[in-house]
Amino acid sequence: MPEILKRNKALSVSPLKASSTVGAALAFLGFHRAIPMLHGSQGCTAFGKIFFVRHFREPIPLQTTAIDQVSAIMGSQDLVVEGLRTLCEKSAPDLIGVPTTGLVETQGADVEMAVGAFRQAWPRFAGTAVVPVSTPDFAGCMESGYAHATRAIIETLVPTRTESGTQPGRRARQVNVLAGAHLTPGDLEDLKDLIEAFGLSPVVVPDLSDSLDGHLPETDYSPLTVGGTRVGDLATLGDAAATLAIGASMDTAADALAARTGVPDHRFPHLMGLAAVDALVTTLARVAGRPVPARIERQRAQLQDAMLDCHFMLGMSRVALAAEPDLLVGFSQMLEGVGAEVVAAVSPANTPALQNVAARQVKIGDLEDLELSARAGDAEVLIANSHAVPSAERLSIPLLRAGFPQYDRVGGYRRTWIGYRGTRAALFDLANLLLGQERGEIHPYRSKLKQWPENERADPRPH
Amino acid sequence: MKQKEIAALLDEPACAHNHKAKSGCAKLQPGATAGGCSFDGAQIALLPIADVAHIVHGSIACAGNSWDNRGTRSSGPGLFKIGMTTDLTEQDIIMGRSEKRLFHGIKQAIDSYRPAAVFVYNTCVPALTGDDVGAVCREAQRRWGTPVVAVDSAGFYGTKNLGNRIAGETMVGQVCGTREPDPVPPGIERPGFRIHDVNLIAEYNIAGELWHVLPLLDELGLRVLCSLSGDARFREVQTMHRAEVNMMVCSKAMINVARKLNEAYGTPWFEGSFYGIQDVSQALRDFARLIGDPDLTRRTEDLVSREEAKAQAALEPYRARLTGRKVLLYTGGVKSWSIISALQDLGMGVVATGTRKSTEDDKARIRELMGQDAVMIEDGNPRRLIDLVRENEVDILIAGGRNMYTALKARIPFLDINQEREFGYAGYTGMLELARQLCLTVESPIWDAVRRPPPWAGPEAADEPTRSPLAPLALAVPETGSAPAHAVGEPGHA
Repeated sequence: MPEILKRNKALSVSPLKASSTVGAALAFLGFHRAIPMLHGSQGCTAFGKIFFVRHFREPIPLQTTAIDQVSAIMGSQDLVVEGLRTLCEKSAPDLIGVPTTGLVETQGADVEMAVGAFRQAWPRFAGTAVVPVSTPDFAGCMESGYAHATRAIIETLVPTRTESGTQPGRRARQVNVLAGAHLTPGDLEDLKDLIEAFGLSPVVVPDLSDSLDGHLPETDYSPLTVGGTRVGDLATLGDAAATLAIGASMDTAADALAARTGVPDHRFPHLMGLAAVDALVTTLARVAGRPVPARIERQRAQLQDAMLDCHFMLGMSRVALAAEPDLLVGFSQMLEGVGAEVVAAVSPANTPALQNVAARQVKIGDLEDLELSARAGDAEVLIANSHAVPSAERLSIPLLRAGFPQYDRVGGYRRTWIGYRGTRAALFDLANLLLGQERGEIHPYRSKLKQWPENERADPRPH
Repeated sequence: MKQKEIAALLDEPACAHNHKAKSGCAKLQPGATAGGCSFDGAQIALLPIADVAHIVHGSIACAGNSWDNRGTRSSGPGLFKIGMTTDLTEQDIIMGRSEKRLFHGIKQAIDSYRPAAVFVYNTCVPALTGDDVGAVCREAQRRWGTPVVAVDSAGFYGTKNLGNRIAGETMVGQVCGTREPDPVPPGIERPGFRIHDVNLIAEYNIAGELWHVLPLLDELGLRVLCSLSGDARFREVQTMHRAEVNMMVCSKAMINVARKLNEAYGTPWFEGSFYGIQDVSQALRDFARLIGDPDLTRRTEDLVSREEAKAQAALEPYRARLTGRKVLLYTGGVKSWSIISALQDLGMGVVATGTRKSTEDDKARIRELMGQDAVMIEDGNPRRLIDLVRENEVDILIAGGRNMYTALKARIPFLDINQEREFGYAGYTGMLELARQLCLTVESPIWDAVRRPPPWAGPEAADEPTRSPLAPLALAVPETGSAPAHAVGEPGHA
């Protein structure tokens, strides 16, 4: 178990943390015909929008309740009602998410009550699901906001077994997947492939691989998300054979789903590295009642071969990691599995899951902390988001980009890190970065006693 | 900040919006609002001051979601690119510890980075709980001797534009006039060549474009005491009061700076632009005119004719490729006219332009350039922009980055003209980059490919290219292989 080092300085410098509010927005963006409306001032939304646009290189539907001076003091309920009405009139979404910000939480806004007032005032918009969620940015991080929103969606939109008569296993091939914030659209595509390989049919909640995977739709413009989990599918979750929850952050969402539906769930802290993927594949074989398909076994054998090839470079290599808790746990355990050492681990927020990070210490902090501990631990490679580029330059070591945001490269969002194939690719990339470092190179020694030819007598190297 | 202080900032006597008919300064509507807040505006305006530690006092969203997302560049210090925030926690807010955290935070920034000054941006949460940021900053400055400037810019005060003004007001009120300019280095002035001091206001050195202009000003002997705030240093801002002329570059947002410097120090100012050959020349001439040094005027004319000839020659090949192409311009900004003339220089036709923030004067100027039938877009929602592109068979949409991916999803060639862009278009040389970027996207071979339906969709697919009546965009246009790639297949093509 690592020692957790809490924040001990006044300022956060080169922040690693993004707000829980935008994390919640991201969860809503994984639904079809949805739009999040952040309950805060207009800047909360403008920043969130740019944050996601730069990462995904996609148009991002995001609205705001636009708190102004008067409503900051006098109360903001009317703005929620007005905003919901405007969105419903303009584009009749299937789902509107209303994550709160630090501003309205400090004010003491009751967003549930505001949504209630909207329902009462505008019964004709009953067809649009509205899910409020409390996600002030003075608590948690993106991952926790995303998880809160997913739980709120389940609690609001998944009917209980008693009220709807759903029955676990009635849809014998259906598997619910509660996908944590650390999974990329590329990860989810791969996960769905894997589940389908067992003849099962996945319903991913939320499904960013269907909305923010970077596809060119036929329609030329939509003010809402195009693709993602269908809101209607939420009513079927109670009939599924099993639920898979990926990431410890999804535990509360999984608890809520299990309590409402009674569908048995299987929880995985992450899906990186041989052991983690083996656990998932074993579960899938059991749920499907089928043997593991030959091509999956082949992928496993390929990963094993890659581990053999890479262990020369990765063994005893020193890695510095900064990521949100679930991703941090996944990377650290995968690295541990190939004999690498995590010499610096930084998380933007403290969660119980950090107990599972495979490192001596985990610092709750920022990228300045990462840089300092990477230097102290003589790290050879950095794994973090795009903000860590200057740190990597100052440390003169390579950076493997992971997490949010990735704005200085194209396609970071579709990278697959999980499963046998994703793990293999990650190991190859890390090993290649280390190979490029010429580690352990012995510098030539020039003996004064050697019989140098005339033209080699002068030492060519500068002193 | 008090309500009446905000009202005073909004009531800007020098701004044409104040006393002329304008097109809708819309009140914020929940559920239908785009754009940044006052904190965003204040930070954009001041962040380029490179040797300052910029501390965002607030919960994480304000800095965590936004730091290092601007294309502004520095020729030296990189301190401005390091995000710093008090990252307030729930406990700080409930227990009232946020002022203390800020105080220690300022010390931390000074100890770790030795900044020329510290700027503290106040944001929504501490503004609501009533932190006295001004008092904390004054005490910190007294205690540690580094200038500490409070920028009271909570997001809920209003729009980005208001934030720009708050930033300007803060600089004029707290920083300008606190230092005298360095003497001109010896050996530069000579008979017939005197150095004149000027300021550039609201120039942000996006992608380094200021460096396209500075060599020209240097050659003319115009010393930029301060560009507020592109590639600026704190010590430069301190000397702004000594300029002979101020130029308001490309935005009315910080017009209050020009007005207040005029009131306090009598500095004349003019509004100008560095986009487009004619406007660059005009700006240089305006400097000479207001300074009134006959020798400078003569040298300015020489430089203008030399540089214009050079630029025109360099643009010739691009002009051949761009002539006749149609542009839809939606900057939302007040200087549409400047970009329009730049595009017309390239032989392009501007079919419509955004006028959401334009005054009647701006519009008159636009009509002068585009003719009486100029289409003016008041409401630039994405649906409307896309429809205009289709109706007018536009070749390229030029707009802010916010609209970029919307345009690309509609398979419309796009050029980013705002803050986040990666290329500088200012100055005579900037025009070449603009022309290159326009050619690069308009002439790209991808447009046919991304509109082509899959070949296995069958022969009827060619007749009925898409399922959506809104999208005539999946049309294959095989017979127009060499023609300009229009954003739209002709509506009646099938």
